[in-house]
Amino acid sequence: MTFLGMPTAPRGVGQLRQREPFPDAAASALGDRQLRRNLGHATAVIRAKRAAAVAEVADWAELRAAGAAIKDDVLAHLDRYLVQLEAQVTAQGGTVHWAGDANEANQIVTGLIRATGQTEVVKVKSMATQEIGLNEALADAGITATETDLAELIVQLGHDRPSHILVPAIHRNRSQIRDIFTREMPDAPAGLSDEPADLAAAARAHLRRKFLAATVAISGANFAIAETGTLAVVESEGNGRMCLTLPRTLITVMGIEKILPAWRDLEVFLQLLPRSSTAERMNPYTSMWTGATEGQDFHLVLLATGRTATLADPAGRAALRCIRCSACLNVCPVYERTGGHAYGSVYPGPIGAVLSPQLTGVTDNPDLPFASTLCGACYEVCPVAIDIPSMLVHLRSRVVDDKRAHHHGAAEAAAMRGLAWTMSDSRRWTWALRAGHAGRLFGRRYGRIRRLPGPLAAWTGSRDLPRPPAQTFRDWWARRARDTS
Amino acid sequence: MRTALFVTCLVDGVVPEVAKATVRVLERAGVRVEVPWAQTCCGQMHVNTGYPREAIPLVRNHVAAFGGFDAIVVPSGSCAAAVRHQHADVARLAGDAALAEAAQAVAGKTWELSEFLVDVLGVTDVGAYFPHRVTWHPTCHSLRLLRVGQRPLQLLRAVEGIDLVELPDAEQCCGFGGTFALKNPAVSSAMLADKIAAMRRTGASYAAAGDASCLLHIGGGLSRLDTGIGTRHLAEILATTRRGP
Repeated sequence: MTFLGMPTAPRGVGQLRQREPFPDAAASALGDRQLRRNLGHATAVIRAKRAAAVAEVADWAELRAAGAAIKDDVLAHLDRYLVQLEAQVTAQGGTVHWAGDANEANQIVTGLIRATGQTEVVKVKSMATQEIGLNEALADAGITATETDLAELIVQLGHDRPSHILVPAIHRNRSQIRDIFTREMPDAPAGLSDEPADLAAAARAHLRRKFLAATVAISGANFAIAETGTLAVVESEGNGRMCLTLPRTLITVMGIEKILPAWRDLEVFLQLLPRSSTAERMNPYTSMWTGATEGQDFHLVLLATGRTATLADPAGRAALRCIRCSACLNVCPVYERTGGHAYGSVYPGPIGAVLSPQLTGVTDNPDLPFASTLCGACYEVCPVAIDIPSMLVHLRSRVVDDKRAHHHGAAEAAAMRGLAWTMSDSRRWTWALRAGHAGRLFGRRYGRIRRLPGPLAAWTGSRDLPRPPAQTFRDWWARRARDTS
Repeated sequence: MRTALFVTCLVDGVVPEVAKATVRVLERAGVRVEVPWAQTCCGQMHVNTGYPREAIPLVRNHVAAFGGFDAIVVPSGSCAAAVRHQHADVARLAGDAALAEAAQAVAGKTWELSEFLVDVLGVTDVGAYFPHRVTWHPTCHSLRLLRVGQRPLQLLRAVEGIDLVELPDAEQCCGFGGTFALKNPAVSSAMLADKIAAMRRTGASYAAAGDASCLLHIGGGLSRLDTGIGTRHLAEILATTRRGP
């Protein structure tokens, strides 16, 4: 099934697309020993902490079901909730802007900043603005955006890309961070050590100056309450709150799927999100604001890019339940070994392997649905019960259909058709199994096969194969039946 | 009760010892096992590689081969999961409601080996004897799709002479993942390397699991590195007695 007329995220802007084939990008990432150690350690620690934090909640399964149901209701009635949100935000003195795609959103935000006459803005950590490449668009317009989340700041100063949704600098260790600060932060203290407390103090001093000077801030939103027009940002450091409260102009960019119908729905999500993401019972800072407060100029940019196409796919739309907690990244055995950069998109890991191709269309991210063993660990920890493995399987068939339409992948398709033809009839299958005896030509010397040609070389690169048996099971069974009758 | 063995394509052609062992265990437990000749493959590889339409004739063949039985036993968590969680969906997506219904019926009487022994036959001690140190890898689809839980371990703990040692990070995937092993060989091998390292730490002589496919991958790595650790399917351990393998 294709969804003609449903626009996907535009090319040439933002960070949603794989830059090279995933298997190649993964192979280079696997060779980075520092990355493997950093990630292996970090994900193991957070996995254990999350499991403990979730185990404390007796009704976790019910909370999870409630989270999924609330989000499904939002997705089913998005038309109504969006209009309700717009009316509430407007009534409270805010201005709502509708952005069909990344380019429109970037233009709207650039225009709003230009109208203030400012060329420097501070930013709250936001996946939506990373997704649409807002910082790059602002730079093109001569506007400098400073990331104020510590990990995002490390990524920005390092001219790097985020590799994790929640911990974008998870691929860096403290000595690398010290080097980045010393090199890129003009006000870094001389002789800065790599002690976490010293690094944090240096960043704090650097950011304080930015906060006090800034008059424009840009944020994302974790939730938007349609009933009241309230927006919410959940964070650990308090830097987000600085951005949300100090500047005179606040511009919030938010995907249209972030809505919750009513204030009381926060009860569910403020339990699900912190325990799943940082393994905390409650995150340190939850900021909520309704419209323009205390004379602030408030703008809400609603971003539809790629979401409409995702919503149109019945087998894929539940991915829009995602609250960006990262639990699926932390348990994913593939992510743990490759890190986030191999995925190309700002959304890595299992949810990224689903969301990125959904938002861009599968033509632009054809490898990502295959970047999983379908082990199911992601589904198990997802706080809104997104069945990621089933969606990956669904997207794989869309990739195959897309390749077929573009006349790619003919060899694999022919092999699959041939196998299906052989295996759909027991006579053909029995014959094929017996023909497989020819494989006994291999492996005579060591009793195992150490090297195979063609596509099977991918197997024997690291794994032996047993020599084919002298007799298939069905032939053994047939003989046994004859002997005993 | 007419009980059929679903051999699975991989076991039939590559590791027939697993099916022979399954037959021996079931017959020792008093089950009269039938092996419908018409059976071939569950089609999981087709579905999981993005070819659900090509899997339809396989689903149809499977339903025709097994529809007449009261219970179908599979020595594979992954193939059991494909029958129980994929067949009806694949048929429904192709618009074949009748096939979906028939597939659902077959799904409802399909049991992974440890489920059949513990839940249907109500046995945990099958009279096996296996005097070796064994470590158990639970395999993802048995663990998370079928939720077989402790059943294989209950069966193994009852084996005479066995020294069952816990596998560190047992619930982590071994990196097989069907065609993932070919499409992403580097990541697959990296996951396998960690699984093998964990297995070596146990000092086990055998790595055991309930899925021949995962064991083919794990065993292939253990063999390539000449670790001296062998692989055994659950059925093979349960089939071994004091009188012989």
